[in-house]
Amino acid sequence: MTSAGAAYARRRDAMVRQVVTPEGVDLRLEIGSAGARLAALLIDFFLQSLVILGFVIIFGFAGLNSDGAARDVAGVGIMLGIFLLTNFWFIGFELGPRAATPGKRLLGLRVVARDGGQLSVASVVARNFVRQLEILLPAQFIMNGMGDALGAATALLGLVWTLGLGCFLLFNKDRMRLGDLIAGTWVVQAKRRRIAREINENVLEEPADGPVFTNAELAVYGVFELQELERVIRTGDLPRKILVADTIRAKLGRPLAEDDMLFLVSFYRQLKAKQERDLLFGKRRADKNSELQ
Amino acid sequence: MGEITYSTAAFRQEHEGEWQQFEALCNRLEGWAFRRISDEELLALPRLYRATLSSLSIARATSLDAALIDYLEGLATRGYFLIYGVRESRRARLAAFFRNDWPAAVKGLWRESLIVFAVLALGIALSWWLVASDANWYHALMPEGMVQGRGPDASAAELRRTIFGTAPEDRDGLHFFATFLFTNNASVAINAFALGFAFGVPTLLLIFYQGLSTGPMLYVFAQAGLLTDFVGWLSIHGTTEIFAIIIAGAAGLRIGTGFAFPGAQSRMVAAAQAGRESGAAMIGVLLMLALAGLLEGFARQLVQQTALRYAIGGTLLLFWCSYFYLPRRRVGAA
Repeated sequence: MTSAGAAYARRRDAMVRQVVTPEGVDLRLEIGSAGARLAALLIDFFLQSLVILGFVIIFGFAGLNSDGAARDVAGVGIMLGIFLLTNFWFIGFELGPRAATPGKRLLGLRVVARDGGQLSVASVVARNFVRQLEILLPAQFIMNGMGDALGAATALLGLVWTLGLGCFLLFNKDRMRLGDLIAGTWVVQAKRRRIAREINENVLEEPADGPVFTNAELAVYGVFELQELERVIRTGDLPRKILVADTIRAKLGRPLAEDDMLFLVSFYRQLKAKQERDLLFGKRRADKNSELQ
Repeated sequence: MGEITYSTAAFRQEHEGEWQQFEALCNRLEGWAFRRISDEELLALPRLYRATLSSLSIARATSLDAALIDYLEGLATRGYFLIYGVRESRRARLAAFFRNDWPAAVKGLWRESLIVFAVLALGIALSWWLVASDANWYHALMPEGMVQGRGPDASAAELRRTIFGTAPEDRDGLHFFATFLFTNNASVAINAFALGFAFGVPTLLLIFYQGLSTGPMLYVFAQAGLLTDFVGWLSIHGTTEIFAIIIAGAAGLRIGTGFAFPGAQSRMVAAAQAGRESGAAMIGVLLMLALAGLLEGFARQLVQQTALRYAIGGTLLLFWCSYFYLPRRRVGAA
């Protein structure tokens, strides 16, 4: 029987792709999830329509208040603006230094070449022109087809088409769209984390009144539990922290003797120190169900 | 067992300064501030990048602080793409595109281009023949918007008026018309490209359809004895426009065949290569269509002599053919 910890780690590892830099370090890029991709797309469409609206208002206003040549220029401005925006929004942003549209940036995604090399202009153009096939063309079908029965059938066909092509990324483990497939790209998570404070980093010695744990007590857990504990301490809410503290106390058979936060931080620091020391000797214990090896 | 004999806190204290310096530099480089980077900072970039990579390796091997490893992974990834992501300046890439990438991409598509050209010609010939055998086919084949008084019932004088001379009031709308033509043609080209996915079949159908709506028009003008003038009217922008549409179709076809017949490569690699090659050709297609839009919107109305129209269209055709297909020395090759 495999443990929950190992299963969790495996699920995470399944989305990690090896990209080895020329310096020989594996960057372990994580493939962006389908949900994040969809959200990024919707945000981009929303922002696009805002900009188009602004465009139409400005040029339309200018066009209405003038005549002749100026009006002509306003018309050209609107038409060209909408064309460039719908076709080059994605291309322009993905060619920037962060290789991501505003939507992708917000969701923490970026486009990278599958071979880890340079993201060429041709790739970015190819991956985005295919979007026409995946979304815009079926949308046209649907809009043209409103009304009669034949139209409804076409609309249904368009819908099935969008769903079929749009869901292509759900059916491959690399979450590639059709456009990614032909452009040779991936969309990966671009972590932009601020450096986190070390837990209780100001206290270099043990807190005077903190509990001290024996080696046997610290040998109960593995790396997975340590990092889950770290997550709870950093981001968990109070009821969760209390629950975790009580669970650990029950596991160790210790009475409720001190403040929960103090207990958790002391336990975390001592557990981490022990495991890092073991690591220096080449010993690592993946989780509580596996052996020290 | 209370004292801490080794802590990653010490490691972190030692290196945190470097990481934050590197992060600040990355932020500025990603924030469109290339020009404000001083020489010292530029020289520090690879040093800080390597220091971060080495810290990442150490942290992975010795630290169990998940947040710290995450931070370093994110920072190292950003640094990697900043340093290795773009190896040439924008200007060099632009120059390489015009000097080499674009013509090479189009030249690489010559086989597909011939097929697309043949399909287009077939569409024209078939529709010509259909209309010649029964004039009723004309309205079945032509989209309403394209007829504009050029139907089979129109007299020769009416037809002549559609290709020569424009009323002065029409000239004001020329920019608008040119823009409309460009965006419309560009959409057709992008669709022809994207449709290549289904093994190229829809692309060929789209091209065939374009041919179908050209043939009847040619027939009508030929009946009125205006074929030479009409072709001249078309050729002034048409050589560029039709060439561009053919290349777009060929690029779509390349994607489809890349999938269907990957050859010795794996399907994924073949598709990616097809996408890269045809992507470069597609950028060129849009440039050609922009030019064609200008020619169609302005030059066609301003130039009224058939001979001059042929001269302009022919020169452009000659230019594109020699630009794309004439053998050239590869840039950088000895």
